[in-house]
Amino acid sequence: MHELALSQAIAASVERHADGRHVTRVRVRIGHLRQVVPESLRFSWTLLTEGSALDGTELLVEHVPAVVACNDCAEMSTLDLPILVCHACHGHDVTLVSGDEFLIDSIDVMEVA
Amino acid sequence: MGRFHHHADGTVHRHDHDHLEDDHLEGHHLEGHHIEEHARDVGDHTGYLETGSTRVEVLEALLSENDRIAAANRRDLAEAGVRTVNVMSSPGAGKTTLLRSTLIALEDRLRIGVLEGDIATSIDADLLEGHAAAVALVNTSAGFGGECHLDAVMVRSGLTRLPLRALDLLVIENVGNLVCPAEFDVGEDARAMIFSVTEGEEKPLKYPVMFRVADVVVVNKVDLLPYLDFDLDRFLANLRDVNPDATVIQVSAKTGEGVAVWFDWLCGLVPSAPAART
Ligand SMILES: Nc1nc2c(ncn2[C@@H]2O[C@H](COP(=O)(O)OP(=O)(O)OP(=O)(O)O)[C@@H](O)[C@H]2O)c(=O)[nH]1
Ligand SMILES: [Mg+2]
Ligand SMILES: [Zn+2]
Ligand SMILES: [Zn+2]
Repeated sequence: MHELALSQAIAASVERHADGRHVTRVRVRIGHLRQVVPESLRFSWTLLTEGSALDGTELLVEHVPAVVACNDCAEMSTLDLPILVCHACHGHDVTLVSGDEFLIDSIDVMEVA
Repeated sequence: MGRFHHHADGTVHRHDHDHLEDDHLEGHHLEGHHIEEHARDVGDHTGYLETGSTRVEVLEALLSENDRIAAANRRDLAEAGVRTVNVMSSPGAGKTTLLRSTLIALEDRLRIGVLEGDIATSIDADLLEGHAAAVALVNTSAGFGGECHLDAVMVRSGLTRLPLRALDLLVIENVGNLVCPAEFDVGEDARAMIFSVTEGEEKPLKYPVMFRVADVVVVNKVDLLPYLDFDLDRFLANLRDVNPDATVIQVSAKTGEGVAVWFDWLCGLVPSAPAART
């Protein structure tokens, strides 16, 4: 359900940027800390775009790992759980480097002759 | 797998970070760099050619359209002098029950409007009618794929049906759902999450987005603690791990235990709110 609403938002933005051109591919970047399942996002994308101008447009979902930099020991940790903690010194004073992304990166469009 | 980007000035450079899905692990250290590089590209970037197609950089937040309308809501509410709290929870955590006693308790202190998000019925709105200064119902089932949460457009339509200038505080009861409402800014000033002790200690780890956006987490149904295995300390530790800054208030909307702290928290949102009468 969540993914369907996100697909709608992506489609609206893509159509605006495509400006009437045929879109072959859409790239989105989604951080690990977002609750998006890439599989369901692609599934709902197919469902949503069926029969529309975006029918057949491929949705590429780039999963961005959650990485924190420790402000104490400077170590970088890749998180699995959404707990913002340094895996080296177990400190909580960390800065999120990546993992919060929720971005439409780019689209591929066919040039009209 | 690098990509060549052709720029308008004729220069070409390689992007070595097109690690989509499968190969993201080896490339993750490039992430921060990646964003900056693309952001810089945007000005004179005309895309690269690949068998008749052109890449168009979008670099737009996924929910940018929602966020734009949320900002308009926030501006209108601020102009009308209304503070707004978005109340979220899983289904049945006790939003309506707590809201009903809140309206009754604060009747003399605050003029409270309610915007009820409900999938298809008016049951919750009917329960609150007569206790609030004004109630607007927004049924969410009309939107395709938008059944499970309120978005900024739905809230905007609800705002037109409320006498904003006659209100001090607007409480938005979101649709019961631990996932989507957390992603959709609707123009609120603060976010309250109602968590019921019947839900299990591990919820903050399973639904981190919701627990992270909350300014206050109201732990409800504490009257049931003697009958449950619920480990409150472990829940609080899990919550702290995900959101160290949230205010935590333990209440029972049923017995009234602790609710005064919640009332005070709400009044704290409104600068003009009179102090509690003793
Ligand atoms: N024992 C106990 N039951 C409660 C408490 N608060 C609410 N309930 C009960 O929990 C059930 C659901 O409460 P609601 O207030 O309808 O919950 P809600 O979050 O508004 O539900 P939705 O809007 O459907 O998502 C009702 O049967 C309430 O009587 C509480 O503090 N203790
Ligand atoms: Mg309710
Ligand atoms: Zn460290
Ligand atoms: Zn939703």
